[in-house]
Amino acid sequence: MQRDQQIQDLLVRSASYLDEDQLEKWVELFEEDAVYRVTTAENLRKGYPVSIIYCEGREMLEDRIAALRNANIYEPHTYCHVLSLPQKLQTEEGELVQTRFIVTRIFEDGRTDVFATGKYVDRYSDEGEDCRFKSRTVVLDSRAIDVLLVIPL
Amino acid sequence: MSIDGLQWPAEGACRVPYQVFSDSEIYAQEQKRIFQGPTWNYLCLETELDERDKSLTATIGEIPVIVSKDRLGTIHALVNRCAHKGALVQLQREQTGKLLTCVYHSWSYDKGGELKGVAFRNGVNGSGGMPDDFRMENHSLERIRVTVFAGIVWGTFSPDTPPIEEYLGSEASAFLSQSMTGDLKIIGTHSQIIHNNWKLYAENVRDTYHATLLHTFYTSFKINRLDMDGGILLSPSKLNAISYSKRRTLSENAEYQSAKVHSAKYEATLKGKQLLEAWDERPDGVTHSIQTVFPTLVSQYTLNSLAVRIYLPKGPRKTELIWIFLGRKSDTPEQEKMRVLQANLTGAAGLVALEDGCINEFVQRGTAAFPDKTSFIEMGGREAESNRCSRATETAVRGFWTGYRELMGFEGK
Repeated sequence: MQRDQQIQDLLVRSASYLDEDQLEKWVELFEEDAVYRVTTAENLRKGYPVSIIYCEGREMLEDRIAALRNANIYEPHTYCHVLSLPQKLQTEEGELVQTRFIVTRIFEDGRTDVFATGKYVDRYSDEGEDCRFKSRTVVLDSRAIDVLLVIPL
Repeated sequence: MSIDGLQWPAEGACRVPYQVFSDSEIYAQEQKRIFQGPTWNYLCLETELDERDKSLTATIGEIPVIVSKDRLGTIHALVNRCAHKGALVQLQREQTGKLLTCVYHSWSYDKGGELKGVAFRNGVNGSGGMPDDFRMENHSLERIRVTVFAGIVWGTFSPDTPPIEEYLGSEASAFLSQSMTGDLKIIGTHSQIIHNNWKLYAENVRDTYHATLLHTFYTSFKINRLDMDGGILLSPSKLNAISYSKRRTLSENAEYQSAKVHSAKYEATLKGKQLLEAWDERPDGVTHSIQTVFPTLVSQYTLNSLAVRIYLPKGPRKTELIWIFLGRKSDTPEQEKMRVLQANLTGAAGLVALEDGCINEFVQRGTAAFPDKTSFIEMGGREAESNRCSRATETAVRGFWTGYRELMGFEGK
């Protein structure tokens, strides 16, 4: 039960860090060599390796966050994540945890829309360790991104 | 303001009336004069038709199209509109089968568009059925001219469109062939909905002036700067352009610092250095190129990140930008990995390119209330000519408008 609690806690914290502009804290939820990937259901179905975001190791995630803080230009906006209950799956590659999500996007002038739906397919640290993401694959249901994707999902 | 009332300013291609970005009548005319006019439009990659009996949907302007290859190896493109009631014949992006069958009343066509079957043609139990003078050959799907070049299947509605290599110009043909050479394969795809007129994106990809100013990542990480050897080549029609640079030739220019441009302020170093690991792939030493083919194709080479982008108009104020990332079947696992990592640079979340998702919308929003005002496009002069020395110019943008005005009949107005 304690493990389930840890997983749930990590899921909720990762969503709220993204929604509340605590991206530097969000990065710390990943293991040093974690893989974070945002792709589409279509790319996975066809076995395409190229993603929309592909970060290998926490350092690449840190670069992304530094870029969005200092370099990238975009209209300011925030997200609101809504998550399903996590579902554990036993696979050949070990235990995966799948959680569905809806993310709405809110611009400064109040425009609010459904930005993304999909699922997280996560792998967590081994039991007994600090619970972090070993890998997180964000699988988007749609192939289309409205405007752009800069804040991670 | 109507299309007849459009007064193109006397300065010519250095001025663009903002009306052209939001006027629905002009938009409707573009569908006729450009997309159904003498232009070659991207339909799909040749490799997508490798699988036997596969047919794909595509779009020319807003016109739905089916592309397929028959068993003799001939590639066909057809308007995706049943000859009976006009329903879409193929709904899915990809489909396999020898015939194309409309779901509405089961009319079926071969890959060349010839009508092969009409359900209940002779009626049921001796009654109903088509009149005696019904002729199958009078009800084909509308055919579109097709050509294959540089691994791309192209389509045109017009019998007057020149052969593709003439359409592109010789330099552009050679460049595109070199980019798209070899055994291509798709390694990823997604799309981006951008809230602007398609021509704003067409300008944007020809605008070498903005590239290193808006896109900080380019400049800071020295992927593409104007102080590298590079240039911009325009096709004889002015509609197609190539901008290229060679990363090895950087001689840091003080202009980036003294001009206090946003993009030079961010002097970061990457922690994840693997992002920019690359190998020399092109014999000409080009490490970054954006090649545009009128109306809606871009071929991109950012280090080893090879991609095609197609931007499809979805109304005067909306465009779908499709990204197709490419590799080669002969890539080693290490090479494919580099392409996968470098794909972070472009696309909807591209570290160097994501700004283009919103910047054109900012122009759309800024200009919407001012149809009779114009833009000012004189960086690098007032001509639309190739420039082999510098990309601090808007020459390719002027080239686009030169060709656009001609096609739309806005010349000399």
